[in-house]
Amino acid sequence: MLRRLERSDRLNWSVIEKYLPLYEKATVLTLKIGWLGVLFSVAIGLAVSLIVHYRIPVLRQTAKIYIEIFRNTPLLIQLFFIYFGLPKIGVSFSPEFCGVLGLGLLGGSYMAETFRSGIEAVDKIQYETALSLGMSKAQVMFHIVLPQAITYSTPAFVANIIFLLKETSVFSAISLMDLMFTAKDLIGLYYKTAECLVMLVVFYLLILLPVSVIGSVVERRLSYASFGD
Amino acid sequence: MADKLLTIEHLKKSYGDNLILKDFNLTVNRGEVVVIIGPSGCGKSTLLRCINGLEEIQGGEIKLYGEKIDRNKKNIAEIRQKIGMVFQSYELFPHKTVLQNIILAPIKVQKRSKSDVIKEAEYLLEKVGLSDKRDVYPRQLSGGQKQRVAIVRALCMHPEIMLFDEVTAALDPEMVREVLDTILELAKQGRTMIVVTHEMSFARAVSDRVLFLDKGEIIEEDIPERIFDNPKTERARRFFNTFEYDAVKNHTDTLNRKV
Repeated sequence: MLRRLERSDRLNWSVIEKYLPLYEKATVLTLKIGWLGVLFSVAIGLAVSLIVHYRIPVLRQTAKIYIEIFRNTPLLIQLFFIYFGLPKIGVSFSPEFCGVLGLGLLGGSYMAETFRSGIEAVDKIQYETALSLGMSKAQVMFHIVLPQAITYSTPAFVANIIFLLKETSVFSAISLMDLMFTAKDLIGLYYKTAECLVMLVVFYLLILLPVSVIGSVVERRLSYASFGD
Repeated sequence: MADKLLTIEHLKKSYGDNLILKDFNLTVNRGEVVVIIGPSGCGKSTLLRCINGLEEIQGGEIKLYGEKIDRNKKNIAEIRQKIGMVFQSYELFPHKTVLQNIILAPIKVQKRSKSDVIKEAEYLLEKVGLSDKRDVYPRQLSGGQKQRVAIVRALCMHPEIMLFDEVTAALDPEMVREVLDTILELAKQGRTMIVVTHEMSFARAVSDRVLFLDKGEIIEEDIPERIFDNPKTERARRFFNTFEYDAVKNHTDTLNRKV
């Protein structure tokens, strides 16, 4: 009895091998939707942060409302609205598109705040110095402010990317066959809970560790280029 | 006939209810070095910022060669190219090397040829003794070195007039000299400058004319010899007295004798 228990505690490698292709397929889907969502969120974030920075009337207030709504509601609920809610008013998208859209909108609100704080971290007198050299506002933004702002916001930016890629785990709720969906599905079918969960953790680490490592390298490089140390 | 480069007429500047400059008038001729001194909060720095169009003004006019300086007008960037400004906190761009700091605006704004600008930058760097710092980042420089780079950066735009805003105030005493020597050299070349400073002996050496400012008004205006040695107003006398009580001993003694 005791021995049998011990044996069942150990991971069954043949099961892992069998599930591997399914996990790989799910990883590809998670990566695809995750990174498309990240790209989308960067685009939204940049646009929104510039709108807020330049205090463009109307758009600015809209941007603020957008940020507050999407930062303060869970992704799962946003996905429900997009996937189950929008069809009720005649707009329906594929689960994949909904995933990218949801992630992009959620991430956009985070990215906007990250970029805005980066832009604000650049001292006002740096703008003035650049202006005093005769640069146009666009030149100041492009040559002086943005390069420094990017450096300031890199740590938060990398954290956002990791956060967003992890958030993909709720996609299973809109029937996207991502990693979480695959693991839950397999557990439900074959009860190989330990194997499925360990694989889930390993695959998430495989997705996220490189981001983390590359992120800190980029951070160091940028800070060297920006501040010389 | 003097060549009027900068004219300020009835300039009024306030922050909300706080009136900084009231009805300020000043004319600076080409080749003239005007030094502005006064207690902190008297409006010296604000004046320089107004001249560079960095501040909204509430009244009056500032003209450079008859062209109105208005921060909301399209040509402001063009006018600013003719006004070189050096700030107290240097404000080098931290993400660019010394050379990149200097050549950025001449290349991007004035569209001059890169090789020409680099040649000029190298020449100017050599003159201020910083040739070997060409490719380092600002962080690796001392305060005095940063300030000399900032001066070179402004010079490289070929400005008509240079504005110095307390450029040695943030420096260690031993670095003050190297920066002041640089400015003195520029004065000798006949450059037009407005210098805001607390360095009295430097002010005396560099200036053609000294303005004593208090509470946004010119209290006294004279050639340096007269204003320092024999100020007409009580306010200026008191100000110089607190400044030079031990630096220029006999100066203080004369004042004491008079009081």
